[in-house]
Amino acid sequence: MSFLSYLINGISLGSVYAIIALGYTMVYGIAKMLNFAHGDVIMIGAYVTLTAMTSLMAPTIPAILLAIVVCTVLGVVIERVAYRPLRNATSPLAVLITAIGVSYLLQNIALLVFGANTKSFPSVVQLPALSLAGGNLVISSLTLVTILACIVIMIGLTLFIKKTKAGQAMLAVSEDRGAAQLMGINVNGTIALTFAIGSGLAAIAGVLLCSAYPSLTPYTGSMPGIKAFVAAVFGGIGSIPGAMIGGILLGVIEIFGRAYISSQMADAIVFAVLIVVLLVKPAGLLGKKIQEKV
Amino acid sequence: MEKKRWNKTAKNNAVTYGIVIVFWIVMTLWRQSGNLSSLLQGLLVPVCIYAIMAVSLNLTVGILGELSLGHAGFMCVGAFASAFFTQCMTEAIPFVPLRFALAIIVAALFAAVFGVIIGIPVLRLQGDYLAIVTLAFGEIIKNFVNILYIGRDSRGLHFSIRDTLSLGLEEDGVVIIKGPQGITGTSRDATFTIGIILLLITLFIVLRLIQSRDGRAIKAIRDNQIAAESVGINITKYKLMAFTISAALAGVAGALYSHNLSSLTATSQNFGYNMSIMILVYVVLGGIGSIRGSMIAAAILTVLPELLRGLSDYRMLIYAIILIVAMLLNWAPAALAFREKYSLKRLLGKNKAKGVE
Repeated sequence: MSFLSYLINGISLGSVYAIIALGYTMVYGIAKMLNFAHGDVIMIGAYVTLTAMTSLMAPTIPAILLAIVVCTVLGVVIERVAYRPLRNATSPLAVLITAIGVSYLLQNIALLVFGANTKSFPSVVQLPALSLAGGNLVISSLTLVTILACIVIMIGLTLFIKKTKAGQAMLAVSEDRGAAQLMGINVNGTIALTFAIGSGLAAIAGVLLCSAYPSLTPYTGSMPGIKAFVAAVFGGIGSIPGAMIGGILLGVIEIFGRAYISSQMADAIVFAVLIVVLLVKPAGLLGKKIQEKV
Repeated sequence: MEKKRWNKTAKNNAVTYGIVIVFWIVMTLWRQSGNLSSLLQGLLVPVCIYAIMAVSLNLTVGILGELSLGHAGFMCVGAFASAFFTQCMTEAIPFVPLRFALAIIVAALFAAVFGVIIGIPVLRLQGDYLAIVTLAFGEIIKNFVNILYIGRDSRGLHFSIRDTLSLGLEEDGVVIIKGPQGITGTSRDATFTIGIILLLITLFIVLRLIQSRDGRAIKAIRDNQIAAESVGINITKYKLMAFTISAALAGVAGALYSHNLSSLTATSQNFGYNMSIMILVYVVLGGIGSIRGSMIAAAILTVLPELLRGLSDYRMLIYAIILIVAMLLNWAPAALAFREKYSLKRLLGKNKAKGVE
């Protein structure tokens, strides 16, 4: 039974990774950049929710909605101020280093505003736990809500991209930015929309992550952020189902590694997965191999 | 023509070495006059450490053109290898300068071996992927050191990745590396003079490399890999060369680091991702590709925050803003066009031209 409960915990953690990985994979697919600050947007989302719930006494749902709005605005502002001016820079390192700077900036702003102390995050889901197999297997309601949220987001996002004009524009921009512009697509607007969606999802991921692991510091977001990027690469960067599969597999690998191999080496195991994937199948599980042209 | 260019390079190099030597003379005189505060004295060796780190990272970022976010990992390897060596050899080699010199060589060799092992898979990747994989390796090194236990007794060395007991030491055994507690009691052999000598050696190696035929090949790969490959440059060889030398020099900085502290532990503050980013800030601020720049930036940014204690809360915030603004001003096409249009040189040049008329 412990195997099953590890598996379910893994899927739950993996669902959070999957939601974060969506933000990475969409931004990478469309803007062709690694948004290093994505993990820190998660942290900001969690802090906003916490502040709204404790200081403003807001109920859970409005608090989460507020966090989503704040993160969406934050994502768009970051893109406009820090990334857009560098979109046509001669060196690809320029925007990457700037993204690292933004990540650092968000962490340090949080450090100044909220302090370095670890804050405990209240659980946002207060439903009874599900007990199966005569009480041998207990699944907490948070786990179920997390997995459910991930599935709903995934279906919603797939429908959005397949069925709406804005979604089709995203596909077109990720395929060929220049050609999309010639077809009359507002490229800047589409990229901003991508950042908005990714950052909004990051807020949800932040709330779910901090409910499961209820200690919040200004550095909470960076490690899950990097792991979610690993998940996005694992599943194939740019692919939405890939992000989901990659995220869940990575979550399961991490929990199993922690349980059966070594709890201190869990992070190292996750990174080892990344290295193996990039060496054996650099395009990821569902990614397309693109030949670089001269 | 050829001769003139060489002279210019030689002059440039001389200025770089000169800055280091003048810095050494000024600081030594200042210290002997007794006016140097203990705070600044404590910073002299760290300045050398971070200058070496920045110069070596600039070799990867500026000259090879790949972003490495795991540079602190190599420093960690060098620090632990050299501290381990010193602990083992305390009785065998009582002569401190020789022992420390050997420890530095051990650090460089270990870091170089790690550089090769990590470089072979990593350098097949490019750009963002390379950055994230070097970050991953850096974190793996740090995590691994934290679970590593090594002890020594009359039968030789014992390794474990669980705890002290599982080493199975005999009664005369000593545990040298104690997992999360690291290595304690390393003799503090690092001095400012040794740091400056190592910095000069680092500068010599890096500048010689950049200005050699190999260095031009490395820069050709940075500027256009496909073109470089088509004129017969062995991409893997030169990339690995730059990456390994950079790693070995980071190992040297690590040796200096571990012999400047009596207890050495691997935390995310000293060998983690944060440190790698900090070194990157030095490189970016000093100018990507400018060896002298990264050295000066490292020195200033190490000393300045300690002098401005009141700002310590805002220190990292200011670094982050500087990093973003420096990148935007130096790389954004719009900012470059603006600078071109309103550059001081051009405005002055125009005035001069008018004056002639």
